[in-house]
Amino acid sequence: MSRQVYLDHASTTPLDKRVLEAMMPYLTEHYGNPSSFHSIGKEAKDAIDEARANIAKLLVVRPDEILFTSGGTEADNMAILGYARANKEKGMHVIIGAFEHHAVLESAMHLERKENFSVTYLTPGRDGSITPEQVVAALREDTILVSVMMANNEIGTIEPIAEIVKAVKASKVPKTPPVFHTDACQAAGVLDLDVSKLGVDMLAMNGGKIYGPKGAGFLYVKRGIKLQPLMFGGSQERAIRPGTENVPAIIGLALAFKLAQEERKEENERLTVLRDRLINGVLKTITKTRLNGHATDRLPNNANLSFMDIEGEALILYLDAAGIYTSTGSACTSASLDPSHVILSLGLPYEVAHGSIRFTLGRSTTQEDIDYVLETLPPLVAKLRSLSPVNVDAKYFA
Amino acid sequence: MSHAQPSTPGTQGDVVTKDGAKSWFYTPEVKEHFFHPKNFLKDDEDMAMFNAVGKVGSPACGDELRVWMQVDPTTENIKEFRWKTFGCGSAIASTSMASVMVTENGGMTLEQARGLKPQDIMSRLGGLPQRKFHCSVLCDKALRDAINDYYRRAGKTDKIIVESARVIDPVAKVTDRDIEEAVLEGAVTIEAVQQKTKVGIGNPSVLPAVEELIRFYKEKYFGA
Repeated sequence: MSRQVYLDHASTTPLDKRVLEAMMPYLTEHYGNPSSFHSIGKEAKDAIDEARANIAKLLVVRPDEILFTSGGTEADNMAILGYARANKEKGMHVIIGAFEHHAVLESAMHLERKENFSVTYLTPGRDGSITPEQVVAALREDTILVSVMMANNEIGTIEPIAEIVKAVKASKVPKTPPVFHTDACQAAGVLDLDVSKLGVDMLAMNGGKIYGPKGAGFLYVKRGIKLQPLMFGGSQERAIRPGTENVPAIIGLALAFKLAQEERKEENERLTVLRDRLINGVLKTITKTRLNGHATDRLPNNANLSFMDIEGEALILYLDAAGIYTSTGSACTSASLDPSHVILSLGLPYEVAHGSIRFTLGRSTTQEDIDYVLETLPPLVAKLRSLSPVNVDAKYFA
Repeated sequence: MSHAQPSTPGTQGDVVTKDGAKSWFYTPEVKEHFFHPKNFLKDDEDMAMFNAVGKVGSPACGDELRVWMQVDPTTENIKEFRWKTFGCGSAIASTSMASVMVTENGGMTLEQARGLKPQDIMSRLGGLPQRKFHCSVLCDKALRDAINDYYRRAGKTDKIIVESARVIDPVAKVTDRDIEEAVLEGAVTIEAVQQKTKVGIGNPSVLPAVEELIRFYKEKYFGA
């Protein structure tokens, strides 16, 4: 069989075998409902309590501040919609990054269109960074919520969250200090998520990107913060997120998170070398290419590159036929046909957005994989360019 | 005529998984034309052989197509047809397929070629994912643009057919074609169409007409 190179780890990761093993008993013999009073139920309850405590320890927070959800999207929705709706008497202004994941972006847009909130969308710099100064400048008397992601899912830029939070909290402009949410879905396996250092009030993350199960995530919510539930029907997760807990997924999520955090330093170093080999190799061997996102403040596994004069999806299909699996922007935008809102938010033209491809490395990625990509890519780009009527000037993508 | 995707296993869905061949969401015909495109313009081609060119789209909208034709001046058959396409897999495949269709069996006459519908190209390709349908709509437009160019150059201006689109919202300058395009891209509610076209945002009186058109195109392309 020919080589298969999966470079789409930002979309999702395979399940870690250790995680699967830990989950198995909860799919079979320990099937109890944590809300039941009998011993079978108690077993499940104890297991999720332990998972919650382990996650809390990694974030340096209290266990009751962790609310399990069905993943990152729900956690982000809960943070944005839940907080805004429960606190609108304090103010109706929300600030978010223009390149947030759709889970945050569309929640904020919904508040703006349907619930009379006003939303400020922060335009990042060309490299994707948002500065503390620009967030502070956007604060208003009625600002109640600020949300900036820890690391961008498409271009991989890492945001200075601790500094942004500090600056926001120090501002005297809002009547009450705004609550700060961060989407940490891409950062969970890479960065230090110690909340006592970050200073955030809410943090969302999920299992499917850290070699844990899909359909599992959590929202950290600082004690005292009021959220309006999005669902009704039970007292689970402090009645903010009712519904029988997905016990095996929660067990898997907690272990995956622990393993990812334990192994992150070593893995980050390994991936950074491979990532740079890929980036430098592409920029050197293929003309009219561009790295999107910050050159150094970027996720160690993310290489987002634009290939001028061709359309990203066509290249993805050519790569797919060669056994290399990548995506254009985020998996979520691939189905919508719209050019990446992330790349456009950087002030880059449509040509750059349409030609962007995201390579995201992971635990299985080897140097041989990267070299195979570097060898396979140039003729495919050349072939698609030979079919293309477009020939953009270098000034458009500098 | 229904343009829903064929229900052959492996042709549905948008996810390409590891076993590529089995779950590829394009048909074998689309793949053939995408991986082995026919009649595209090569660098060393003698441009003097063409007597008509056509163009549609721009990189900003995600697709751009250019076509070059050699038309027999006596019979008005298309003898040669070349193209270049910036776009996704189905844009490339549908342009390639169209190039075969207009030149096979001695070549279509310009009048026949003008009648080539996106649906015809799509059915020769064995179907396209629904959200990709607008790509093949583009390549018949480039073809008609080239046909007009031929008549313009030949001095037969009476044969030029300018496709007039009906303006629905004079404020936002949105035409029925813009709405058709939006529906083809999957916007089937008034809100979704507004998001794409801004129709009626400053001019709500046109909304009932827009709703009618959405229903019309929805039924036309996706069945009732």
